[in-house]
Amino acid sequence: MRKNHVISVLVKDEAGIVSRLSGLFSGRGYNIESITAAQTSEKGYARITIETSGGDADVIEQITKQLNRLIPVLKVVDLRDVESIERELILCKVIAKDEDRSEILRIAEIFGAKIIDVTPRTYTLQAVGDERQIRSLIELLRPIGIRELVRSGKVGITRANQFSSTKTVE
Amino acid sequence: MTETKVNSEKLIGAQIFLECLRKEGVDKIFGYPGGVILSIYEALYSCDFIKHYLVRHEQAAVHAAEGYARATGKVGVALVTSGPGATNTVTGIANAYYDGYPIVVFTGQVGSNQIGNDAFQEADIIGITRSCCKHNYLVKDVKELPRVIKEAFHIASTGKPGPVVVDMPKDVLCAKSSFEYPETIKLPGYNPNYNGHPKQISKALELLCEAERPLILAGGGIVASAAMNELKLLSEKLNVPVTNTLMAKGVFPEDNDFSLGMLGMHGNFWANHAISSCDVLFAIGTRFNDRITGCLKRFAKDAQIIHVDIDPCSINKNVKVDIPIIGDAKNVMTAMLEEFDSNNYEIHFDVKQSWREQIGEWKKKRPVFEHPSEKLSAITVIKKVYEYAKNSDPIICTEVGQHQMWAAQLMKFNKPRKFITSGGLGTMGFGFPAAIGAAVGTDNGLVINIAGDGSIQMNIQELATCVQYNLPVINIIINNGYLGMVRQWQEKLFNKHYSQTKISGPDFVKVAQAYGARGYRVTKEEEIIPVLQEAIECREPVFIDCVVEECEMVYPWVLAGDPLNKVILSNE
Repeated sequence: MRKNHVISVLVKDEAGIVSRLSGLFSGRGYNIESITAAQTSEKGYARITIETSGGDADVIEQITKQLNRLIPVLKVVDLRDVESIERELILCKVIAKDEDRSEILRIAEIFGAKIIDVTPRTYTLQAVGDERQIRSLIELLRPIGIRELVRSGKVGITRANQFSSTKTVE
Repeated sequence: MTETKVNSEKLIGAQIFLECLRKEGVDKIFGYPGGVILSIYEALYSCDFIKHYLVRHEQAAVHAAEGYARATGKVGVALVTSGPGATNTVTGIANAYYDGYPIVVFTGQVGSNQIGNDAFQEADIIGITRSCCKHNYLVKDVKELPRVIKEAFHIASTGKPGPVVVDMPKDVLCAKSSFEYPETIKLPGYNPNYNGHPKQISKALELLCEAERPLILAGGGIVASAAMNELKLLSEKLNVPVTNTLMAKGVFPEDNDFSLGMLGMHGNFWANHAISSCDVLFAIGTRFNDRITGCLKRFAKDAQIIHVDIDPCSINKNVKVDIPIIGDAKNVMTAMLEEFDSNNYEIHFDVKQSWREQIGEWKKKRPVFEHPSEKLSAITVIKKVYEYAKNSDPIICTEVGQHQMWAAQLMKFNKPRKFITSGGLGTMGFGFPAAIGAAVGTDNGLVINIAGDGSIQMNIQELATCVQYNLPVINIIINNGYLGMVRQWQEKLFNKHYSQTKISGPDFVKVAQAYGARGYRVTKEEEIIPVLQEAIECREPVFIDCVVEECEMVYPWVLAGDPLNKVILSNE
């Protein structure tokens, strides 16, 4: 299986910016597996993290170039190319039958997940992890019965100091 | 800067808009008024530094702006209202985007407080044009207007040129502010790379010098960067022949011995064979569109490819290249020439001689001119027009179709900005309004639009514009009663099922007269020159309806997807 690429894009935080990026993906036939966007530590700038699948090296090269061509885009980093850490947050509402409750708690403990809501019939788990951890957690919870699953999409950060602030581009 | 920078008197947005245009050196714009931009038209009413050309359809305003930009090298400007006015510009914007010419399109927008409420004549033109322009802006505050306009002209005209859209809500145009035009531009996300990497340049030069069968592929980027001299010097010094794309007609003199002329689907037999056999291909300022590459796998299959382009996206998009150079054509070629002169590169003229001889052999192969019937031949018309007009240094515009390809094949140019045609988008209806823009841009120089009877009907209403401003645009209508190029494909590939390609038209002579222009009809070869002579001398807008043979085909022809050296030269 080809691994997905996670592309971190530093942009000027202006109206329509997410649409500009996502429109580029749909218009050129690139896949978006997940997309997250939020402001950075510096006012006026935002970071958009896009997870894309199904592209070979040529497609990824085109994606980064096309992103760079957008005027409000300041910097594009394919996190696969550099040392980086990726995380995703999930909220998962699981059917909590009496006989399953202790199993759910055990799984939560192993994955460092928190139970953030409890009702007579469900537990809601909050978990943060990398792709493999999240996948395993979901696989374990599935047989128990997932009522609802909400994922944040991936965010990532480089380990080196190469992509830390907007100052480098000005 | 002797002018006072700050004008203490407050102006409304519409006046600021015009002042910004003045600062950008704009004195001619193409437009169409409407509700939300009435304040601009009110300001234009008493404006003595901008001449506004009223078109008859907003699409034509944008094509005219592009024609103006192509003919002059300056940024073309179009001004339209919101809603339908704005949506009508989309084709024009996309056309300029594909061919890389600088225009700024100003659209009106409903008042800020109405945006999103489905107001009368509201359209999300920013959303609509996002994928077909270089950049676009919605101006939310009158104080931003000067900065946005300055950025728009900067973005449109630098890097790979292209269209920029500026959407201006009604209230912004009416709001008051003091006018101050910014002197600097701050666009941290926009830094076109003009100078190629020196190491890549050395590598490219070495490769070209050592090559046995080198070839230069000149693209439209050379027009944008005005690198004609450098191209010629490089070709001469390195002893390399040059083929050009449709967009690059005239960047290398087509009568020069080193010129192979146009390549591609309807390009010269010898150019297509040369590119299929070369061992080093030096491509400058081209996107490697499928119309010039044919089957990608077989394109320049023996060649190491050097690709110079200012847009990194063009590199490795369609054709995998060995030496990419991101930079401006002129700068890169200048650097190559300097390096060539200062170091002792050797050119083995004798090695390249056999390549020249081979090309000479290919050059003997031309499509046979088959004259299928007694009727006038389109090829004859275009040849005669060219032969008669060429000494008057005309600008030739075209629409899209068979006539466009014949014009590209038969008309030779030795400088750029003389052949104005829609390449990338292939927009029927482009030529006539573009010719209007070219006529405006050259102060009524000789502009001839070669049209088809299908294409001309797509923007025929612009004849009224021509008449109103007495723009002496000559339209040669190659009238074969068909959408000829589509018909040609149907003949060859769809068992002669001429589905919906027989197209009727009006009596073009009467139409011309009804609009107050001159109309002529040509049915015989000997009528062409006298009619054309009269048309050129009258200095008025003219339609010349040339009734020609229906079945003529454009050759050479490489079928879509075939390799370039599989050239069809005749009906056989």
